Amino acid sequence: MSAKIKIITGNDLRTGDVIWWTGEGWSRHVDNAVAVDHDADAIIARENARQVVTDTHVIDAFAADGTVRPAHIKDRIRALGPTVRLDLSLKPADPQAGNWVI
Amino acid sequence: MYQYDQHDQAMVDARVAEFRGQVARRLSGELTEDQFKPLRLKNGLYLQLHAYMLRVAVPYGTLNSAQMRVLGDIADKYDRGYGHFTTRQNIQYNWIKLADAPDILADLAKVQLHAIQTSGNCIRNTTADHFAGAAADEVADPRPYAELLRQWSTFHPEFDYLPRKFKVAIIASETDRAAMRLHDIGIQIVKNEAGEIGCKFFAGGGMGRTPMIAPCIAEFVPALQMISFLEAALRVYNRHGRRDNKYKARIKILVHEIGVAEYSRQVQEEFAHILTLGLEPPPAELDRIKAMFADPGLETGLSDDLDRSDPDFALWVDQNVHAHKQPGYAIVTISLKPTGGIPGDATADQIRLMADLARDHSLDELRVSHAQNIVLPHVKKADLYRVWQALDAAGLATPNLDLITDIIACPGLDYCALANARSIPLAQKITERFADVGRQRELGELKLKISGCINACGHHHAGHIGILGVDRKGVENYQLLLGGAESADTSLGTITGPGFSEDGVVDAIEKVTDVYLARREGAERFLDTYRRIGMVPFKEAIYG
Amino acid sequence: MVETVLRYRTDEPVADPAVTVDAFAAQGNATAVRIEPGDDALALLPYLDRLALIEVNFPSFADGRGYSAARSLRERGYTGELRAVGDVLLDQLSHMRRCGFDSFAPDKPISAEAAEAAFATWPEVYQQTVDGRRPIWAARHGTKDA
Repeated sequence: MSAKIKIITGNDLRTGDVIWWTGEGWSRHVDNAVAVDHDADAIIARENARQVVTDTHVIDAFAADGTVRPAHIKDRIRALGPTVRLDLSLKPADPQAGNWVI
Repeated sequence: MYQYDQHDQAMVDARVAEFRGQVARRLSGELTEDQFKPLRLKNGLYLQLHAYMLRVAVPYGTLNSAQMRVLGDIADKYDRGYGHFTTRQNIQYNWIKLADAPDILADLAKVQLHAIQTSGNCIRNTTADHFAGAAADEVADPRPYAELLRQWSTFHPEFDYLPRKFKVAIIASETDRAAMRLHDIGIQIVKNEAGEIGCKFFAGGGMGRTPMIAPCIAEFVPALQMISFLEAALRVYNRHGRRDNKYKARIKILVHEIGVAEYSRQVQEEFAHILTLGLEPPPAELDRIKAMFADPGLETGLSDDLDRSDPDFALWVDQNVHAHKQPGYAIVTISLKPTGGIPGDATADQIRLMADLARDHSLDELRVSHAQNIVLPHVKKADLYRVWQALDAAGLATPNLDLITDIIACPGLDYCALANARSIPLAQKITERFADVGRQRELGELKLKISGCINACGHHHAGHIGILGVDRKGVENYQLLLGGAESADTSLGTITGPGFSEDGVVDAIEKVTDVYLARREGAERFLDTYRRIGMVPFKEAIYG
Repeated sequence: MVETVLRYRTDEPVADPAVTVDAFAAQGNATAVRIEPGDDALALLPYLDRLALIEVNFPSFADGRGYSAARSLRERGYTGELRAVGDVLLDQLSHMRRCGFDSFAPDKPISAEAAEAAFATWPEVYQQTVDGRRPIWAARHGTKDA
């Protein structure tokens, strides 16, 4: 069973990397994202003020068995990398990684 | 080619310093993202799907070999070893770090390049015919006028916060190779009956969600009043263009809503006023610029002979080489559309190789075409075979110019934050389905263009076959359009009907080409047959 | 908080409050007016001789109509104070000055030092506008100052 959750994403202000809120900090791996609730706005305001992250926003996702799958294809591609350059994605060794976004 | 003097150099250097300060203020928190965003956009720096993306201007699509080499070096030094040539004759890097951006601009400035006004609601980089200065059919080289326009539009104080972005294209022949009438302002350099050079102005063209073909707003404006006329045209737009809805903010909506006659009247009224101010650069300035474009160093008396004994070479010559105005020379187009490849992408090594070939065999010049290919404009016919061999060894000799696999595609949802669907995987599948060169040549000229969203960066409205990616309940879906064109006979494509899956649209394209092959008469191109027989037979084949 | 006005004129500031275009037209003796982005600046032309202050409001920094309004007024002979008010940002001051503004009342105060640095952003300019700066083409060809 997967649970519908809300997670926070943004981009690293300096590197531009896609990052996800882990409850303690930021990770490049979506599976490290944690569910947020009414605390989301406060987290975003606090993190924006630290000047480490930009374009911070909340998205829908599904959590199951320790994995997190964003609800929208755009966020799944953000989480993986370009499907036409898997060598530059977060799963360069998996030739089938692109199927995960569909 | 144009060479900066100390004044031009001072301007780009000042921009680098300004942006370095702005980035520092952003990183320190002095500027919020909302305040910084318009500033970074005016330097071509976007926040895209995966990272910052930097768009570098290639003014009117012209580069020398030193500039091209630096474009390759930047890909290695600051990015991930490749760049993407765009439909606006620019190059984009997909993996830029914010703190590096000022250094990249500094590297660019050393070879007279910049990223000024490659985004934002300002006058964007002017595009031009990519065969300018080499084409046999031009009345003049349009690039001196484009350079005059570049200088005028650079940091123009009045037009930095227009209702929306503003794109100008300039050509100088009846054959439109720059999709001129699909721009906010299109300029055609013409000669009047007295033999004087002037500008025919078009306004209010564009693609996006409301595609429109620009109507003519002035038949002949003397070339030495071009800047004054532009001031007038932009000022009327800046005053009256809609600002209540970003989707209705382009000049095409203004021209459409008030009518071309009223828009023209207002421009003429303002033009008459501006002519009294004396703000047009003097004839000597145009002459100074023209002198730098006049002679790239073409030799005379060269032979037109060509050894076509290598069949692969002969095929490439037939498809990718055009006639040059000077005997003994040819215009070479390097296809960035290999089978299964990413349209417009080139590796750092490929970029540097093209730079070397330009230095050694094209009088140091290259062009970027709006079809996302690279042009070597001045190649001696005697050098063609050597050039072809070097390109072939680097995977750059695909003989498919203007054929069905010479696809224009935007970056789509693989890279772009605005996209609704991916464009590149579809382009890859189509090139694989039609990989057979003999089959492509049998189909003849067939311009296929793919956009991953309604913004139409992939020019789908203007494709003989166009594809628009949409989001249908979270799933990528593709609409098919037929009958668009962007040459002298510009037209907008018509949607065939319900959309398709990725594989479904490839099948549909194959059915469309089957109808064409069955129904064409004589030497008709696909577009000609479509225009003669209409949509119905194609629709029946696709959906029947 | 005291309103901070950056002013680059030597004459005495106008004491009158700036009124709307409609109110201005109705009052025979007003000397200061405030125009909004949608107002037609050229409607003020008949009153140029009694106008001493025109405020051009920028409700949003991204609405650039005020640049054209300012330059149009200067081109047609207005010599009084031209003040940019509202969402006026540091990085916009240089262009505004080039369009004829000679005073600024930004919502978020800007220091005089920062403003001076902003005006010095461009060592040279490509266009001839209304600020008297000599464009690059004039420097190249020895055309006399505008």
